[in-house]
Amino acid sequence: MTSILIIAQHEDGTLNPATAKTLSGALQVGAEAIDIAVFAEPGSVVAGQAAKLDGVRRVVAVEDAAFKHPTAARLAPEIAALATDYSHVFGPSTTFGKDLMPRAAALLGVNQVSDIQQVIDARTFKRPIYAGNAIVTVRVPDEAIVVATIRSASFAAAPEGGDAAEIDARPAAAEDPGHTRYVRLESGGGDGPDLQTADRVVSGGRALGSAENFQLIYGFAEKMGAAVGASRAAVDAGYVPNELQVGQTGKIIAPELYFAIGISGAIQHLTGIKDAGTIVAINKDAEAPIFEIADYGLVGDLFDVIPELEKLV
Amino acid sequence: MKILVPIKRVVDYNVRVRVKSDGSGVETEGVKMSINPFDEIALEEALRIKEAGKAEEVIVCSIGSKDCQQQLRTGLAMGADRALHVLTDDEVQPLAAARALLKLVEKEDPKIVFLGKQAIDDDCNQTGQMLAALWQRPQATFASKVDLDGEIATVTREVDAGLETLEVDLPAVLTSDLRLNEPRFVKLPDIMKAKRKPLEEIALAELGVDAGPALETTAFEPPPKRAGGRMLESVQELVDELKNKGLL
Ligand SMILES: Cc1cc2nc3c(=O)[nH]c(=O)nc-3n(C[C@H](O)[C@H](O)[C@H](O)COP(=O)(O)OP(=O)(O)OC[C@H]3O[C@@H](n4cnc5c(N)ncnc54)[C@H](O)[C@@H]3O)c2cc1C
Ligand SMILES: Nc1ncnc2c1ncn2[C@@H]1O[C@H](COP(=O)(O)O)[C@@H](O)[C@H]1O
Repeated sequence: MTSILIIAQHEDGTLNPATAKTLSGALQVGAEAIDIAVFAEPGSVVAGQAAKLDGVRRVVAVEDAAFKHPTAARLAPEIAALATDYSHVFGPSTTFGKDLMPRAAALLGVNQVSDIQQVIDARTFKRPIYAGNAIVTVRVPDEAIVVATIRSASFAAAPEGGDAAEIDARPAAAEDPGHTRYVRLESGGGDGPDLQTADRVVSGGRALGSAENFQLIYGFAEKMGAAVGASRAAVDAGYVPNELQVGQTGKIIAPELYFAIGISGAIQHLTGIKDAGTIVAINKDAEAPIFEIADYGLVGDLFDVIPELEKLV
Repeated sequence: MKILVPIKRVVDYNVRVRVKSDGSGVETEGVKMSINPFDEIALEEALRIKEAGKAEEVIVCSIGSKDCQQQLRTGLAMGADRALHVLTDDEVQPLAAARALLKLVEKEDPKIVFLGKQAIDDDCNQTGQMLAALWQRPQATFASKVDLDGEIATVTREVDAGLETLEVDLPAVLTSDLRLNEPRFVKLPDIMKAKRKPLEEIALAELGVDAGPALETTAFEPPPKRAGGRMLESVQELVDELKNKGLL
C-alpha cells in the first residue's frame, strides 16, 4: 500500500505554505492515504490548520515543549519512529526540510530524493542537478522507503477542503539529546509580502551599489505590491539581508511576475527563477545574459528607469 | 583537536554543464574539475580555526576515483596537514558517503567534521546531515558564522526566515554556506610543499561500508528552455506590454 507521511513546517503558530505545496506533490503520487505529522508545542493550533487541507486522511499531532524551536537532531528520530507505518515520507524543500529530512533518511537507511520537481509515478521523480542545468529522472528501489523533499516552486498549494481530517495526538517518542540548543532567530526583512509565496517579486543586484540605493527597489516593490529579492552579489555586499537571496543557494521562487534589476543573470541566479511566469530584465548592458531568458528586456540605467516605471504603474 | 573536512571533486562552477545528446549523462569530458566551492569554504574555515590556535590538525578527505587526489593536493596546498583518500570508481551517493565518513571519524576522532552544505554536481544537500545522524552528534548546517568556545560551537545558520543561531556541543557536524568566508588563493610554493604532505589511500571496499539502496538514474534531459525574450525600446512600451498581458 502506498501511504505518505508529510512533515509539516510551521512557525509562530501558523502552518507554512510549503506544507500545502508538499501535499500537492504527495497527491500526485496516487497514495491510498496521506497523513501530516505536526510537531508542535502543547496547545498549538497548527494541527487544526493542517487538518483542513483537502486530501489529508489524518494529522498526527506530536506535542512537546521542545518543539517550539525544534532542531533536526530532536525531530529526526521522531520521524523515523512514525515512518514505519508509511511507504513515503515527504518534507518541503525549504531550509527546514533540507536540514531535517536527510537526517531522518539516514536513520531509515536510505538516500533522499532531494528537490522533487515532478512526480512520474510512486517511485519515480524528476529533480534538478548541476544548478538546474540538467534534469534527472530517478527511481527509488522497491525495498526502500521513499524519503524526499518537494520543491515548493514546482507545485501549487493544495487547497483547504470541506471536512477536517481527524487529529491523532501522540506523545513524543524520543528524548531530547540535549546537545543542540536553539539560541535565536534574527530576521532583517521588512514587512512586505513573503518572497517565497509572492505573486510579484522585484529583485535588485550588485548594480544598486549600496544599501541606501537599494531603497529604490524597496520603493518600487511596495508600489507594485511585490516582495523584494536580491542576487547573491547584493547580499554579499550587505545591501540586503541573506533571506532575500534568490537562486541556487537562496530561494527558488515562481512568481507570476519577476523583475531582475541590475542583475547580470548568472546561472546560479537563473536557477531560482526558471519557473517564474514573466521575467522582466532591466540592465544597462545589452549583452547581459539575463536578456537571453527574460520575456521582456529593457536596456537602460536603472537609476533612470525605476523612477520612470514608478510613475507609469 | 582535529577537524576533518570532506571535499568532493566536482565540475568547476564556471563550467556550463550540458546534457549529452544521447541523454546518457552530462558532458564531463575535458571540463575543468575543482574542489566543490562549499567544501573550499569549509576548509578555509577549518584553517582559520587552526590559525586561531583552536585546532591542532586539519585533515582533508575525499571519496572517489584516483583523480580526487588533485583536489586533495589543492586542499593540502591551502594548508591542510594531511589527506585521506577513500578510493572507489563507483558512484557514491550521500548515504554511502556518510557511512564511509563515519568510518574515518571512528579512525580519526575529530571534534568537528566540516562539510559543504551541498555538492554542486548532485545538489543533494544530504551528506552532512546523514553523517550527524549516524554519528548521533549535533548538526549545524548552512553556517555563515562559527564561534568556538571550548567544547561548544555557536553557529549562525542561513535559513529561509533569516539568521538562526544554534549552540552545539562538540563533537559536531557543521556544513558551510557561501557567506562563511572567502577562501584563500593557493600560492606556488605551497603547491610544492603540498607534494610532501602525507596522503593516505584507503580502498572503500576495506572500510566495509554498505552503500544502502541506491537511487537509480534512468534519464538525463536538458531543462526546458524559456521562450526567447523580446527587447523593448522604452519604459512606456514595457508598461503597455505588461498591461496587455494582464500583469499590471
Ligand atoms: C556555488 C555558487 C552558488 C551561487 N548561488 C547564487 C544564488 O543563489 N543567487 C545568486 O544570485 N547568485 C549566486 N551565485 C553568484 C553568481 O554566480 C553571481 O556572481 C551573482 O548572481 C551576480 O550578481 P549580480 O548579477 O547582482 O552582479 P553582477 O554579475 O556584477 O551584475 C551586475 C549587473 O548590473 C548591471 N548594471 C550595472 N550598473 C547598472 C545600472 N546603473 N543600471 C542597470 N544595470 C546596471 C551590469 O551590466 C551587470 O549585468 C552563486 C555562485 C556560486 C559559485
Ligand atoms: N564523494 C565525496 N567525497 C568527499 N566529500 C563528499 C563526497 N560527497 C559528499 N561530500 C561532502 O558532503 C557535502 C554535501 O554533499 P551532497 O550531500 O552530495 O550535496 C559536500 O559538500 C562534501 O563536503
